[in-house]
Amino acid sequence: MATERKIRVLLAKPGLDGHDRGVKVLAMALRDAGMEVIYTGLRQTPEQIAAAAIQEDVDVVGLSCLSGAHNVLFPRVVELLRAQGADDVLVIGGGIIPESDIPELKAKGIQEIFGPGASIADIIRYIQEHAPKRS
Amino acid sequence: METQTTVELVEKMLAGDPRALARLISQVERGDVEVPEIMQRIYPALGRAYCVGITGPPGAGKSTLTDKLTELARREGKTVGIIAVDPTSPFSGGALLGDRVRMQQHFLDAGVFIRSMATRGSHGGLPQTARGVIKLLDAAGRDLIFVETVGVGQTELDIVETADTVVVVLVPEAGDAVQTMKAGLMEIADIFVVNKADREGAERLQRELRLLVDMHAQRNGWRIPVLATEAPKGVGVEALYAAIAAHRQALQESGQLAARRRAHRRKELLDLLQHRLLAALVAQLEKDRVLLALVEQVQEGVLDPYSAAQQILKDREALWHSPNS
Ligand SMILES: Nc1nc2c(ncn2[C@@H]2O[C@H](COP(=O)(O)OP(=O)(O)O)[C@@H](O)[C@H]2O)c(=O)[nH]1
Ligand SMILES: [Mg+2]
Repeated sequence: MATERKIRVLLAKPGLDGHDRGVKVLAMALRDAGMEVIYTGLRQTPEQIAAAAIQEDVDVVGLSCLSGAHNVLFPRVVELLRAQGADDVLVIGGGIIPESDIPELKAKGIQEIFGPGASIADIIRYIQEHAPKRS
Repeated sequence: METQTTVELVEKMLAGDPRALARLISQVERGDVEVPEIMQRIYPALGRAYCVGITGPPGAGKSTLTDKLTELARREGKTVGIIAVDPTSPFSGGALLGDRVRMQQHFLDAGVFIRSMATRGSHGGLPQTARGVIKLLDAAGRDLIFVETVGVGQTELDIVETADTVVVVLVPEAGDAVQTMKAGLMEIADIFVVNKADREGAERLQRELRLLVDMHAQRNGWRIPVLATEAPKGVGVEALYAAIAAHRQALQESGQLAARRRAHRRKELLDLLQHRLLAALVAQLEKDRVLLALVEQVQEGVLDPYSAAQQILKDREALWHSPNS
C-alpha cells in the first residue's frame, strides 16, 4: 500500500482579539501549497487548541495573536502538548509580537516567530523544511 | 518522539487514550503497512457504534447541525465521534478543513472526538480510508459516530454505502437542485432536513420534498420524514435527533440494519480489493518493460486500449505471484 504523506497544520487564534482575516489568508495559502489546514476559529483557549491538535494529529500548530497576550498563551500551548506526549509537534507563532519577546518565546518551545514583516512564502518554506518527519 | 509498536498503540487506544486513537487514524489515512494488523486487532471490538451520515451542499449547515446533535447525544450520556470531511483541492492536493469552527463547545469534552479529513484521492464525497477511521472510533467505544460529507450530485452514494442512517440537509436556495435530482435524493436519504428554515422558500421546499416522498413507495415500511431546522438556534434539532433514533429502531425491528451492514461489509471488501489490485498492477506495470511498452503504444495511439488491457491481464498469473506486489 502506498503511504501518502501530507503535512497537517492546525491554525488557531488564542486570546480575545476578533480578527481572523490574516489567519484565513494564510490558511488558503497553505492549502495551495499542498497542506491540509485545520482552522478552529476565534477566541480559543490554549486547552482547546491543544486538545484539537492531539485529536487531529497535526504536524504543525500555528498560533496567531494580536491581543498582546502571546507571552502567556503561546508557551501554555506548548506546555499542554508536551504534557500529553505530543512533544514532536512543530509550534510556530505570529501576530504583533515585539522583537524583545522573541528570545523567551523560543526558549519556551515556540520554534519560530513570524512578525508582520514576514511573507507567506517564508512561512510556507519554514513549515516545509521543519515539519517533523513521521513514519 | 517515542516509537510505539502497533500493538501498544492499539492497547492504549482501546483503553481510551485520545492520542493513540489520533495516531492510528493517521496511519489508516496514510495507508501505512501496519493497517492490516491494526484492523485485525480491533476487529473483535467492532459493531457497537451507530453511524449517522450528514450530507448536503457546502454551507447548508451540516457542521452546525452536527454540533447540536452532539450536544443532545452528550446530554443522554452517549459518547460521540465526528468525522468531518471537506474536499481536497484538485490543483494543489491541499485542503481547508473548517468544520471545527462550529464545534468549539465540544473541544474539551473527553466524550467527543473530532477528526477533520480531506477527501484526498477519492472521487466521491468520502475518502477511501473513512471506513477504516469509523472502525477505529467504533473500537474506541464511541456510541454514536457522525460523518459529515459534502454531497453534490452523485457523491452522496459513498455515505449511503457506509452509514446506518443518512440525513440529507438541504436549504431553500437549493430548491432548483432538488428539482433536477429528485429520484437520486430518494435513493440516498433516510431523513430530509430543510435547514435555514428562517429563510424564504423553506416551506415551499418542505412541501416539494413531502410530495416527492409521497410519490415514492415506502422502503421497508419507513416513510422518509421531512424536517425543518434552524441549526444555530437549535430549532428543530430535537425532532431530528428523535427521527434518527426512530429510524434506527425501525431498521432494527425490520432486520434491515443487519442487511445494510452486510451489504456495506461486502462493498468494503470489494472496494479494498479494487484499490489494492489496481495499486499492485500499476506497481508491476512500472517495473515490467514489456508491459510498459504496451502502455506506451496506447499512449502514442498506435495500439487500442482494449487489446493492451487484454494482453496485460493475460500475464496476471505472473503478476499476482510475483513478490512485493
Ligand atoms: N440563517 C441561518 N444560517 C444558518 C443556519 N444554519 C447554519 N447557518 C449558517 O450557515 C453557515 C454555514 O454553516 P455550516 O454549519 O458551516 O455549513 P456546512 O458547510 O454545511 O457544514 C454558517 O455561517 C452558519 O451559521 C440556519 O438555520 N439559518
Ligand atoms: Mg461543514
